[in-house]
Order: sequence, then C-alpha cells, then structure tokens
Amino acid sequence: MSPVLSIHDLTITFGGLDALSKLNFHVDEGEIVGVIGPNGAGKTTFFNAITNLVPPTSGDIRFAGESIVGLDPYHVTELGVARTFQNVRLFPNMTILENVMVAQHCRTHQHAFGALLQTKAFRREEREIRERAIEVLSFFGTRLIGYRLDQPAFVLSYANRRRLEIARAMATQPRVLLLDEPVAGMNPKESAELTALIGRLRSEWGFTIVMIEHDMGVVRDVSDRVVVLDHGETIAQGSFDEVSNDPHVIEAYLGRPVEGAS
Amino acid sequence: MSDTAPPKDLFDQDWRRIVRLGAITGLSLIFVALIGMLVQLDTRLIIRRYLSLGYLTIIWIPVVAGYLVSKEVVLEGVTPNRKGPSDVLAGALTGLVGGAGLSLLVVLIDNFDIRDPLINWSPQLLDQLTFAKGIGFGVVIWLVIGAGLGLFGSLSHVVPPLASRAVNTALFTIVSVSILETAITDLLQGFGLSFVTDVVYAKRGALTLTSALVLGAVVMAITVAASGRGRELRVRYDALDAPRRKTANLGLWAAGVMVLLVLPLFLGKIMNELLANVGLFVLLALGLNIVVGLAGILDLGYVAFFAVGGYTTAVLTSPNSPWISPQLPFVVVIFVVIIAAAFVGLAVGAPVIRMRGDYLAIVTLGFGEIVRLLFLSDWLSPYFGGAQGITNIPPVDLGFAEVKGSDPRSVFYLVLFFCAIAIYVSWRLQSSRLGRAWMAIREDEKVAEAMGINTVTAKLAAFVVGAILASFSGAVFAAKVGSIFPSSFLILVSIIILVVVIVGGMGNIIGVIVGAVVLIGVLGGPKQPGLLQELGTYKLLIYGALLVFMMLKRPEGLIPSARRSHELHQEEFLQDAWLRGEVDHDAEAGEGDAAT
Repeated sequence: MSPVLSIHDLTITFGGLDALSKLNFHVDEGEIVGVIGPNGAGKTTFFNAITNLVPPTSGDIRFAGESIVGLDPYHVTELGVARTFQNVRLFPNMTILENVMVAQHCRTHQHAFGALLQTKAFRREEREIRERAIEVLSFFGTRLIGYRLDQPAFVLSYANRRRLEIARAMATQPRVLLLDEPVAGMNPKESAELTALIGRLRSEWGFTIVMIEHDMGVVRDVSDRVVVLDHGETIAQGSFDEVSNDPHVIEAYLGRPVEGAS
Repeated sequence: MSDTAPPKDLFDQDWRRIVRLGAITGLSLIFVALIGMLVQLDTRLIIRRYLSLGYLTIIWIPVVAGYLVSKEVVLEGVTPNRKGPSDVLAGALTGLVGGAGLSLLVVLIDNFDIRDPLINWSPQLLDQLTFAKGIGFGVVIWLVIGAGLGLFGSLSHVVPPLASRAVNTALFTIVSVSILETAITDLLQGFGLSFVTDVVYAKRGALTLTSALVLGAVVMAITVAASGRGRELRVRYDALDAPRRKTANLGLWAAGVMVLLVLPLFLGKIMNELLANVGLFVLLALGLNIVVGLAGILDLGYVAFFAVGGYTTAVLTSPNSPWISPQLPFVVVIFVVIIAAAFVGLAVGAPVIRMRGDYLAIVTLGFGEIVRLLFLSDWLSPYFGGAQGITNIPPVDLGFAEVKGSDPRSVFYLVLFFCAIAIYVSWRLQSSRLGRAWMAIREDEKVAEAMGINTVTAKLAAFVVGAILASFSGAVFAAKVGSIFPSSFLILVSIIILVVVIVGGMGNIIGVIVGAVVLIGVLGGPKQPGLLQELGTYKLLIYGALLVFMMLKRPEGLIPSARRSHELHQEEFLQDAWLRGEVDHDAEAGEGDAAT
C-alpha cells in the first residue's frame, strides 16, 4: 500500500538554523503514528511544513501521491489534511457551533447569492452544515452540545477547548488528522478518555492520524509506530518498545553519559 | 441596602481626590471657555433668557464632577459607607475648586492681554463670564455656581434612585426638546398642530421658562408613574417562546418601517433634507460595518468607493460630462455603478489584502486619498472635470416619480430603498457561509486559513460588498446634489463613517443605524449640517471627544452586538455563566471523583 502522506528529504532553515534537516517520513492509510522528541526537536515545525504554514527550504511533501509543496494552507486542508494547534487556537468569540460550522467551509459551496436569495440549495446546505457540526460535536459526549452550542468558545475549560479544536479539525473532513499534543494540560483521567477517543477516530471515522505527544503513556497506547525526532532529524522509528530501548533515543532524552564516569 | 456602614464623618474626606477632580474640572472649564464655545454657542438658546447652548457646554462639567467624586467601586466583601452629607460636601467642594478655575480666568483676562495667540481671550468672553456685572461679581459668582452645580451632581447619591432618575430624565428631555426644535416644529406643522409650537417655544426660538418647567414636571411625573414598566416589558418579551418572539420582532420591524414611510409626508423640506443626509451615511456605515465589523479589515479609505459611485453616476447621466455623456437613465446607471464599484473594490483590495492590522489601515488611507487626487488631477480632468467637477447631473426619473435634490422627500425615499437593501444584505450574509468565514478571519486569520478558508477571496468579497453599498450612497448623493466635486470626498468622510460605526456598535446593524442617526442627525456630517448647526467647527472636536470616551468607557458601542459585548466583557460573561451554573470546570471530566 502506498503511503497517504510521505515526506522526502525535507529541510527547513530559519536563518542558518536547521529546524528540520533531510527529514524522511511516511504514514500509511489508517495508521496512527506518534511523533516524539525533546523540546526544540522540530515537531511543530514539521506539522507547520505539512500544512504549509511554513514554506520548506528544500525537499518534497506528497499527499496521496501529489506534491503539496507551495500550495496555500487552505488548499492543503481542502485536499484532506487537518490539524490542531499546540497552543489551542480556537475562534474564541464565535460560538461553539459556529467554530465547527466554519470549518466545513472547504466542503461546502454556497456563495453570497445563495444567501441573499435564500435559495433552496442554500437552506439545505445550511441545514446540512449544522447537522454535521452537531454530529461531530456529539462525538465528545454531551460536553459540547445542548446549551453549549450557542456559547462563545472562550467559556470552555482547557480540556474542552482541546476537544473543540479536534472537533473543528474533524469537521473539515480530512483523510489525515494532525494532532499537536492533544492531551497536554489534561488530568490523567481526561487523557485516558481522550486516548480512547483517538482510537475511535480511526475505527469509526477512518482518519489516518499523526500525533505529536509528550505523554508517553498515550503514545504507547495508541501508536502503531513511533517516530523520534531530534535536532530536525529522525533518530529512530518503530514500535514503542523498540524505540524506547533505542540508545539514541535515550541519549536524546537523557543526554550522553560522561566519558569515563563510573 | 442593609449591609452598609454608617455614613462617614462630615470632614472625613478624600482631599486628594477632591482636589484632583476639582483641578480637572477647572481646566476643562477654562478649556471650553477659551476655545470659544461659550461665546460662539451663546446665540443658540436652550431656555429663552435663562440658558444658552454656550453656558450649557460649561455647566454640565461641575455636575458630572460632583457626581464622580463620591462614586466608588464597591468590591465584593467590602462594606461601603452609606452616602450622606459628607458626600454632598465633597461634591460641593469639587465644584468649588472647578469654579475657582473660571474665577481665575476672569481675573487673568481682566489683567493680561494674550489675545494674540488665543483669539478667544476677549472682552466678550469676560463680559459673559462676569455677566457684565464687574470683576468682583464674576469671581464670586463662579465659585458659587461651581459649588452649587457640584452639590447638585452629588445629590444623586443621597436622594432615592427614582427621584434622581426622574430629574435626569426631565433635564435630558428639556435639552432634547430644545435641541430638536426644528424637527418638532416641522413635525407639528405637518400634523397641523402649529399652535402647540407657539405654546412650547418662544417666538424667536428656544423654550420659554414656563414651558421648560411644565415639561420637566410632566416628564418627572411620567417617569415616576412608569417606573418599572420598561423592565416589566423586557421580562415579558424575554419570556416569549421562539415563534411568538419572532412575531413580536416582525411587528416591531413593520411598525418601524411604517413610521419611516409615513413620517416624511408630514415633515418639511429642512427635516427631509436632514433625513436624506442621515440616510446616505447610514448606507455608508452599513457598508463599512461589513468590512470593519464583520471581516475585521480596518479600511480607512472607504470614501473612495463613495466617490466611485458618485463619479460613475455623474459621467453616465450628466449632459455636461467632459468625456462621454450617454445620459443613461438612473435605473441602468445603477447596474454600471455596481460593476464599477466591484471593480475598484477588487483593484484596491487585491494589493492590500495580504497586509494586516495597522499596515492595512495606513495603506487604505493612502488609497482613499489617491482616488480623490486622481479625480482632482489635471491628467484625468478631460474625463472627470478636475477641480471643476461634473455639474448638471439630472434628477432620477423613475417613471412614476422624480427624485431630485430640490425635493428632499423623494431623495429620502430613494435612500431608504437602498438602506433596506443594505440591511437585508448585511443580515443575510452575517449568518451564511461567507459571513462565518469573515468572522473566523477577524478572529484569527492564520487559523482560518488552516481550517480551509481561502482568506484572499473571502476578504476580497468583503471589500467588494462594502464597495457596492458605498457606491449606492455615492450614486444617490450625485443625483441629490446635482453636481460632484473632488472636495466632496475628503478623507474626513472616511473617518466620520468609522466613528459612526464605532460609536454605534461595530458588527451590529441596528447599532450602526442608531450611530448614524444620532451623530449625523444631531451633530451633522462633514459638510452637512445637523440639528445643532451652530456647532459648526466644534463638530469635529465633539466627534473626537466622543470617540475617545467611547473607546475608554463603552468600546462595544451604543448598541452592541451580543458577540462584541461578550468579547469586551469576557469576565462578566463568565461570571454570569457561573451564576447560571453553566460554568465549565476541567474537573467536570472527573465526574465527582473528589478522591483524586
């Protein structure tokens, strides 16, 4: 099976500093890949490169066989890559429902004229957008629906903001979902729950998932494969057990033992 | 009112605060006097023989200061002192210090002459400040007046709230009725009730003392009688279920439209002219509201689109057009105007669309001026007439009626028609796919793009819709005035429209309309006189002061959109949610496992 997303020799340079250097990466359809690495390893830059928020210096990114380098971010989303942000970035003053409705922009087509003339097609589409938004929000139980629908997003608690951000990404109907630290800041119970949801995102919604995460428990539980980045390079990959015993990985996280020390 | 501490001792005062507020009051008084408002606005009377607009610009200041000095923010857990004589004394003292400012001014004007830089440092000002009764009298009287007004202001803390509200409403009504004299006279005449005018107003304008007193008493009686009714109505409205509320809303709208349609029939030329001007600015403000309020693009060159609408109409209809003059009918022209405006919207929008915030504002400011200077230039004068402009624009012939400047009522109806279009467009787009995209861009452009929104086309769409609405206004303006010059499209127009949008309530259709009616109707537009035409050059000062005040005290505008007031008062909103038990705890996921 050919990979749905593949990256070849990707290099991103910020003024002399290689945030990513000659990175190779691929993810197959239906896979859940965990990306780990110490702070500053280039994980978020890696996501920014895939969604084209940061232009690559060299290298190639292919989605479903087509190169997506140089496309506008909205175009990448339209092709089927959606993401969340490490520091949650919702539309805080739009309602929870609107946050999810607006994410369906690239899957819907009605223009200003439909809205002005209130055509049948417009009203049908509005209804569908609304229904799909509620369907997506219901994935998280009752937390984001009911009276919450019409509340502005800033009232949400931290954990619910993260959930809403995932819901918003789901609403763009992606093939590949990029989750940037989905359980950061959650308590153990919440992160256990979200771990289960990530599994269901694949089994029920059919998303391929790439996830950056610092919580090793979560990474172990959901990842089919783990990729370890350090200094913008892949230093190891494989199953969680393989990776966690890899000397390079231990070195990257804990540092090299001092020569000659007993 | 149960948990208040007993009033403070009479002399247990916050002296520092009194002196500071008093000094601010004094300086404000001197400022208002020296910029000439006192003298120049003295010709417009509020109450004949007793109060002119000039004195009104001065006397409200100590009243407000007297009120502010004993106003305190009561924090949770702090027991406030009951208001008592000490607060009244504080108000009087503040007013006294403020009044001393004017006394000082009286002495200074009498002894020094610095009329060279300060043109209002005049014997006339001295005369007015001393009521032509000598320096000694002037000095003393302002101390007395200041203290009295400060005391009056502070009284609202000690009298029952209903009484203070009744007095405030009465004063507000007296001033409004006097300011609205032209409108009211005109309206009463339309209904054939001229005799009422003769009773209320003095022969040569302004209220008589008797009518002011009677009016005040009546209003106070009504306020007391109607107290609580407003809230009752509000509660009943809130209690209505969705379909009922929809009917109620529809009823209100229908009533509003009926009034707007019927009212002009009873109004005379001056008032209809005023209404037509207000309408033109409502149209502009609604357009700018889409660009600034919804999409968050701060466009300071909005007048350019107004100009395009005006010039397109002029070129296509006027026989005097220097270039082509097809003399098309207005109904055809309006479609060309739409196309021209959309095209210019794209042309201006495309280069600036990738900029953000301040940069975009500065560049659009430049574009606005460029458009005006192009129309003014010698280079384009063979096409657009340069400084001579284009004259002789014919009236709009609609077949069943003719809209021309000499019949402002017809102009008003035409403007009303376009305003209806603008309101409909704003309303429908707000809750559509495009409207949501605009809001997302306003919130966070980068994320909007990452969520699949083509921000370039969405922002261009906002520019184009805004441009078309402004061009409607320009087209009607051209037909109304009958001639068009580059000087009608100064940068000031852009600024004033922006102030209207901000003061009214950004992002809210009703707010924007109210803003335009209040500001343009009362103060007047950049060149159009409002009800207070005596204000003249002070108009811009008031616009500026109002803008500063609104930004500090009520940034969401007079009538805010729910969304914007949430945005600016997140804390309060969260508190309310907490009170309703709708607060969102992270712990909620724990579902009661307090053991952890």
